[in-house]
Amino acid sequence: MFEQMSQKPAVWLSATGASAQVVLSSRVRLARNVAHTPFPSRANPEERERILSFVKSAVEKSDTLSRGVFVNCSQLDDLDRDFMVERHLVSLEFSQCRDFAALLIGEGENLSVMVNEEDHLRIQALAPGLEMRQAFGLANDVDDELSKTLEFAFDPSFGYLTACPTNTGTGMRASVLVHLPGLALTQEIEKVIAEISKVGSVVRGFYGEGSDVLGNLFQVSNQKTLGRSEEEIMDELESVTRGIIEREQNARKRLFSEAPDQIEDKIWRAFGILRYARSLTSEEVLNMLSALRLGIAMEVLDQVSLSQVNEILALTQPAHLQKFFGKKMEPSERDRVRADLVRSRLEKQPRKQVDRKTK
Amino acid sequence: MLCEDCHKNEASFHLTRERGKEKSDLHLCKECAEKRGFRNPLEGVPFPLAEFLSGMLTQSKGKKPEKTAEERCSVCGMSFSDFSKVGRLGCGNCYLTFRGQLNDLLRKVHGSTTHRGKFPHSCKDVMRPLWEESKLQEELKRAIQDEDFEKAAELRDRIKALVEKQ
Repeated sequence: MFEQMSQKPAVWLSATGASAQVVLSSRVRLARNVAHTPFPSRANPEERERILSFVKSAVEKSDTLSRGVFVNCSQLDDLDRDFMVERHLVSLEFSQCRDFAALLIGEGENLSVMVNEEDHLRIQALAPGLEMRQAFGLANDVDDELSKTLEFAFDPSFGYLTACPTNTGTGMRASVLVHLPGLALTQEIEKVIAEISKVGSVVRGFYGEGSDVLGNLFQVSNQKTLGRSEEEIMDELESVTRGIIEREQNARKRLFSEAPDQIEDKIWRAFGILRYARSLTSEEVLNMLSALRLGIAMEVLDQVSLSQVNEILALTQPAHLQKFFGKKMEPSERDRVRADLVRSRLEKQPRKQVDRKTK
Repeated sequence: MLCEDCHKNEASFHLTRERGKEKSDLHLCKECAEKRGFRNPLEGVPFPLAEFLSGMLTQSKGKKPEKTAEERCSVCGMSFSDFSKVGRLGCGNCYLTFRGQLNDLLRKVHGSTTHRGKFPHSCKDVMRPLWEESKLQEELKRAIQDEDFEKAAELRDRIKALVEKQ
């Protein structure tokens, strides 16, 4: 499964959309539960199965949703599950999923619905760049569509009821994936993270909750879900994100005015390593790509485009690589084929510098 | 407590609404709650835990009574101390069972206990007036702040009409 998908990155990594120089993607997730049934962790197998069949029939009745692909978790091996996490289709928690968990992948892969994760339903939508409203629109439509057939657990005062009280209310988590090499290099990042937490947003690693920071990529999301509307949540996160973008841009400018030689050297070295190395770990690739991404944004590099960087970012992840080559590989073998793949991608000319226009 | 709508039956449905500092409680019986569009989440649910619970109650006769004193959700059987251990609630009905404790918790986490976002289509009869009312309340607050008393008076009348319609 997923072999076809592993050949190219998801649409949301297309390096388009607003503020693409800093914001890779926007994501909106809505948590929903079916009324009158215990939440997945407390439900027995029969109840979980019932939820799954409810959702399946709701999906079948919907014109838009029935075009997606429905995947039962029981069909998936470990590699498939890792692949879904790398693809940002599911959470880390979902990848350890139990019986009667399933995933609906919408057309174009910018939409997915997890069934029987922490909540009965987790509707998730992604969009490239700072385009939260686009992502929300997609998730919201699916929510409306499903609520035609499913009765959701809802309380007039508490809103949508979720397994964890931190999601109660709108059940909405909006997040942006941001690239902050400037703030990392100037060592301001910790200060910025502390400030963000103070205004009610949270910062997480590349793969979301419980993941590490890799390649200077951070996920920023709203913490509070009750007492504010979906619009207000997006407004708040958008203004936090704009603040981050401004500080990141300032840090980048400062780096280039104070230490241009060191920064350019760092960027070209990263390019050199990626262009010629014969063995690369995934962490190394993520770190080198961070330098490349910075180089493109600051117009130091024009041999590569942002969309090429994103393509390499997606395809060189461990499970992607194994899917791409159609076999299980030991880490040492992966490092070798990863380097091969990166070299072959960097030999290609960028697509007429389309990225410049997105500035 | 008697139902606030019919004043005849015992109220079994308790709702707290909050507007800024103002709090108002609504207590309804099952029939009147249904008339207003609230549905009893327990209805039609198979009770896998009912036997277990009744078994526990008969067993504990003469044993430590404080063990049975702790309230449990009637749908999923969760107690508040279970929840404190795992950090996840068992079902939607837990929110009704532990309303008081959760009010405090939600206020700590979110700084609010009142939903202001979208609502499912099926709840529109209940939610739309509430939602409109809260919007008008906000507008009213702003009008008072701006000392636009003409607008404030108009808004106040609209709120009054809306509440009466409810």
